[in-house]
Amino acid sequence: MASTQGWGDSLARTRERAMTMRTEPFVVNVGPQHPSTHGVFRLRLTLDGEKIIDAEMVVGYLHRSVEKLAEGRTYTQNIPFTDRLDYLSAMSNNLAYCMAVEKLVGIEVPERGQFLRVIMAEFQRIANHAMAIGSFAMECGVWFTPLMWMFREREKILDLFEMTCGARLTTNYVRIGGVSFDIPPEFMPAAKALVKELPERIAEYEALLLENEIVLARSRDIGVLTPELAIAASTSGPVLRGSGVMWDIRKADPYAVYDRLDFDIPVGTRGDCYDRFLVRMEELRQSVRILEQALDMLPEGPASVKVPLALRPPVGEAYARIEAPKGELGFYLVSDGSPHPQRFHIRSPSYINLTPLRDMVVGLTVPDAVITLGSIDIVLGEVDR
Amino acid sequence: MSRLLDGLEVGGRIGQRIPEAVVETTSQWVVVQPEKLVPVATYLRDDSELDFRFLIGVTAVDYLGHFEVVYHLQSLSHNHMLILKTWSLDYRKPEVPSLVSVWRGAELQEREVYDLMGIRFAGHPDLRRVFLWEGFPGHPLRKDWLEMPGGLNPGLGRFPRED
Repeated sequence: MASTQGWGDSLARTRERAMTMRTEPFVVNVGPQHPSTHGVFRLRLTLDGEKIIDAEMVVGYLHRSVEKLAEGRTYTQNIPFTDRLDYLSAMSNNLAYCMAVEKLVGIEVPERGQFLRVIMAEFQRIANHAMAIGSFAMECGVWFTPLMWMFREREKILDLFEMTCGARLTTNYVRIGGVSFDIPPEFMPAAKALVKELPERIAEYEALLLENEIVLARSRDIGVLTPELAIAASTSGPVLRGSGVMWDIRKADPYAVYDRLDFDIPVGTRGDCYDRFLVRMEELRQSVRILEQALDMLPEGPASVKVPLALRPPVGEAYARIEAPKGELGFYLVSDGSPHPQRFHIRSPSYINLTPLRDMVVGLTVPDAVITLGSIDIVLGEVDR
Repeated sequence: MSRLLDGLEVGGRIGQRIPEAVVETTSQWVVVQPEKLVPVATYLRDDSELDFRFLIGVTAVDYLGHFEVVYHLQSLSHNHMLILKTWSLDYRKPEVPSLVSVWRGAELQEREVYDLMGIRFAGHPDLRRVFLWEGFPGHPLRKDWLEMPGGLNPGLGRFPRED
């Protein structure tokens, strides 16, 4: 009897202790060397139990001071630097930079060059979104198959790039005044075959992922970004559109020949990770639509105009922007009349899209934070520059 | 097509609302006094005809003698742009007020400008270096920053030396 009495006391004491237990915040470092951070990105999470109560990002591990380096080189020599910003979409970066220089100098690009730029930029968008969706699915727990399928299509796009300019990743293709090479004769049949094949492939991905229980369970209502905060925090691209804000530079401020092409802007409704993933999925289809039209409309004629290598733009400044796969990519150039830019600033979407990260992950658990980060789709080359 | 608003016109409007705020206007941009930057930015954001709710970007330029902080603004509803600038004439200790209270998007970008250009943003909630580590000598995007002081190789100073 006495012993059971003792047990009861002990249980009551334990329960009492549990009720008044003091908890301490616990700091977890995610990264910089961690597969879910897409590079060398460090997330310093403060946890209370399993809940995140504070998050702080630490970047700079890949800082190569591109902006400073560019001030010592000529305008043409700077194009290869832009390849290495967002190394998954080099074509888009080349395009944005060259547009800024053309705006500064006042160069008109021939129509064929404009179409080739659009074709390459849209192929690049598909390649980039394939990587984004594949790695996002993998972070959700849909292990490896989607990623490998996405690599299959991306590989064909990279083959097209290699055919055209000899490089697959760091293309250095778009040049000031046009493009570096016109497309070779074998490009057109290969590109058209790929564009014809892509809708079937996208339908396969949709069948595999859209109603996938793992993806839904892991990403629905996780990492919600309200439209008000998305606008106030200057986010752009699929992050902004996933929150339901209809904003795309290709429609709002058309560059190249986008005003002559017919396409839609997909937007989300809830602003969670799943919506951002859906927006990317639908953008694949819209890019295919653009490519179908652009490949048919491609006019004959010169692809570029001759531009002196040591370009001396007049004194002034220019800001040019494009809808890169990750958001609004802008280049702000200031010229003092010399062959070197006085200021070379990159408005990089990956970096600025990280602004609301803390608001999105506070209250979640660590695996949800990983998915939220994956749904923003950052590339560290562009975050750190 | 996104329209770039005429700086002369917007400058006139700001001048009517907030006297002595505008320093210089051209057809492309408006330069305002740093002391009046926060009221001007709030007015630009909240006025229904201007409606600049979206801050595209913040950056700074070193003109050797003064710094210029450049804000690119965008209105999503009217689809127009404005380039707003402010000058920090004190080259030794440049400081302008922070706009984080007006646009959250300025938070990381002002940290970046502080890190690389060394302009302090008064009132920023968390003004620390971003890309470079604390203790890095100088601010590399300044025109007078040419090489690491003392011939140190950048990157090695991050780790304690083995002596």
